[in-house]
Amino acid sequence: MANFRMHILICGGTGCMSSHSPEVHKNFIDILGKKGLSKEIQVLKTGCFGFCEQGPIVKIYPDNIFYVGVTGQDVEEIINEHVIKGRPVQRLLYVDPMKKSPQEEHKDIAFYQSQVRIALKNCGLIDPENIDDYISVRGYEALGECITSKTPEEIIKIIKDSGLRGRGGAGFPTGLKWEFAQKSASDKKYVICNADEGDPGAFMDRSILEGDPHAVLEAMAICGYAIGADEGVIYIRAEYPLAVKRLQVAIAQAEELGLLGDSILGTGFNFKITLSLGAGAFVCGEETALLNSVEGGRGEPRVRPPFPAVKGLYQKPTNINNVETYANITQIILNGPEWFNSIGTETSKGTKVFALAGKINNVGLVEVPMGTSIRDIIYKIGGGIRGGKKFKAIQTGGPSGGCIPAELMDLKIDYETLNAAGSMMGSGGMIVMDEDDCMVNIAKFYLEFTLEESCGKCTPCRIGTTRIYEILERITKGQGKMEDLDALKELGEVIRDASLCSLGQTAPNPVLSTIDYFYDEYLAHIQDKKCPAKACTDLLEYVVIDEKCIGCTLCARNCPVSCISGAVKKPHHIDQSKCIKCGVCESKCPVKAIIKQ
Amino acid sequence: MILSGKDYSEQIKELDSYIDSLPTKEGKLITVLHKAQDLVGFLPNELQNHIAEKLGIPVSKVFGVVTFYSFFTMVPKGQFKVAACLGTACFVRGAGAILDEFKKELKIESGETTEDGLFSLDAIRCVGACGLAPVISVNGKVYGRVTKENVKPIIEEYLAKEVN
Repeated sequence: MANFRMHILICGGTGCMSSHSPEVHKNFIDILGKKGLSKEIQVLKTGCFGFCEQGPIVKIYPDNIFYVGVTGQDVEEIINEHVIKGRPVQRLLYVDPMKKSPQEEHKDIAFYQSQVRIALKNCGLIDPENIDDYISVRGYEALGECITSKTPEEIIKIIKDSGLRGRGGAGFPTGLKWEFAQKSASDKKYVICNADEGDPGAFMDRSILEGDPHAVLEAMAICGYAIGADEGVIYIRAEYPLAVKRLQVAIAQAEELGLLGDSILGTGFNFKITLSLGAGAFVCGEETALLNSVEGGRGEPRVRPPFPAVKGLYQKPTNINNVETYANITQIILNGPEWFNSIGTETSKGTKVFALAGKINNVGLVEVPMGTSIRDIIYKIGGGIRGGKKFKAIQTGGPSGGCIPAELMDLKIDYETLNAAGSMMGSGGMIVMDEDDCMVNIAKFYLEFTLEESCGKCTPCRIGTTRIYEILERITKGQGKMEDLDALKELGEVIRDASLCSLGQTAPNPVLSTIDYFYDEYLAHIQDKKCPAKACTDLLEYVVIDEKCIGCTLCARNCPVSCISGAVKKPHHIDQSKCIKCGVCESKCPVKAIIKQ
Repeated sequence: MILSGKDYSEQIKELDSYIDSLPTKEGKLITVLHKAQDLVGFLPNELQNHIAEKLGIPVSKVFGVVTFYSFFTMVPKGQFKVAACLGTACFVRGAGAILDEFKKELKIESGETTEDGLFSLDAIRCVGACGLAPVISVNGKVYGRVTKENVKPIIEEYLAKEVN
């Protein structure tokens, strides 16, 4: 292997690639080539650094310098100044919004300081399309150790002792799941990786698959050995083309080196992995619906029991875990269950990856120990709320979760505390909301999602979510009645108790949690016909403040329905009966004399 | 085979040889539909009949699967496929208004195609580029931090391509 004096790492995750990181990558290679530096400087395209807000990210080793928002035009300057002369380019360093000073090194950046990276350990560090890179960070060592010197029972004991719980939603103990599958006697068993990350706003699984695909393949093989399966399937969304491509590359490389396929490392243990593409159905993240989809049918859930560990894919015992769960396995084997067990809270061990998004300064992927408070995630790591607005609520668990209000900001996050607060861990989406977000409208948004995604097999979910949505629609239009609140609660409870799968059982959470925590907001919509966050357009009026209006006529000229009248240099007036509330006048007014109320 | 007035015999031939090359047909319906949509662009009734025959399964099963998954479409999509992300991260950063602006400019609802066959508009769930919210994509190319004012220029960018 060649010896390089410097390594340039360029983020090749979906977020940065959308911000044109391929151009940055290409320019580095071209310009370094022209200057005859290709032999001493290595250019790598890595997986996601997690700091998507600031992309494209470029990191330079061994200096450990971290550049943000790099464009193709910046490359020449970085090479001339930094690579050749050793002077970091100051204007491309990250400026901390709290400290207001540029931060040179990765470790100085607050976004990374409170993070503990286990599942994301190799993301942003290695080239995901090069198996040698993975092997150099102890890749496939855990698999080798397991199949040459450990019994399946020993491996399952390690996973049980580690306290690892499923990272896909409900948090079922992983070791126990493996044990059930191992104990089901059968001539054929399967290992499935659930990569159907359908929760809108969550992208951790995608980043792991794009940034460190071998970690998932290795863990699936270990699971196969532990439960006695020789075949693995990764069920992945068709919406993630880059992750699909990197998995295909990784599988081919592992097969070539004999780390997947027949008689792995000459032990006689066979394990092959294939991909199965989803086709856009949220319910397929539910494990029994997923099984039907892998079999090529409609993704409708099955009645449980029998659980997949007894009768899964093609009625054979099957172990299903999600991507992030698998991404923890090799580290647990390498570092021991006690190490993993020492991180986290009493009931929830290890770390959790959250996709931080919404009204927050640092959108991105963060991995923190279980038990980290919401406050630390938002302010220490997330850099606070955008535009200095007021933090209102955080939504966790996607359409299955609930909204947690600012008053509970010191809640230490784990499976139990989130459930107790009326939300859930889910896959780890975390949407931050500020004072401009209407909680009734947010609840309506989630119900619209679940009603569209309900597979229609069972009545409570199919009809119930529709009825809830209709009621919320009425309330946001100012046609709500007080009885609606009771109806919402009653419907919610029935759907929760009577639905067949977890999609329906958790669908009412966004409504029930917002009624609990933001009751006043529902009241304002129903009784006062007002939306306190000024988000529901039907409850708004655009009005001109006479004292501020300079009579420039700009609003009247731009109004698409000509409902604004007034003489030049005189205060204007909006005819509410004609106004369509498009907001054009507000955005055109040069003196902010038009407000919504 | 003539579908929607166009001859797709070549594509169907390729699809058939793909199906014949599969080691097993069991459980392969979704895989075959992905391939068919890649080749033809949409999955009309005639094509579903053909696939059912090739795989030896009832056409009702094929229809059931095609209509279950949002990825599959039975009508042709536009030359330029506009997808507005309505994932939560984009939603709280104003994606709804962006979608509305596209509806207004293109004069179609989401799920529809313009009469000239140039543009189709869809609301999709999360492309995972939440750092750039709100996000739209046209034929897979992602545009981040889109504002209402950007909508018209984006459409014009593709109209210009059509003229050239």
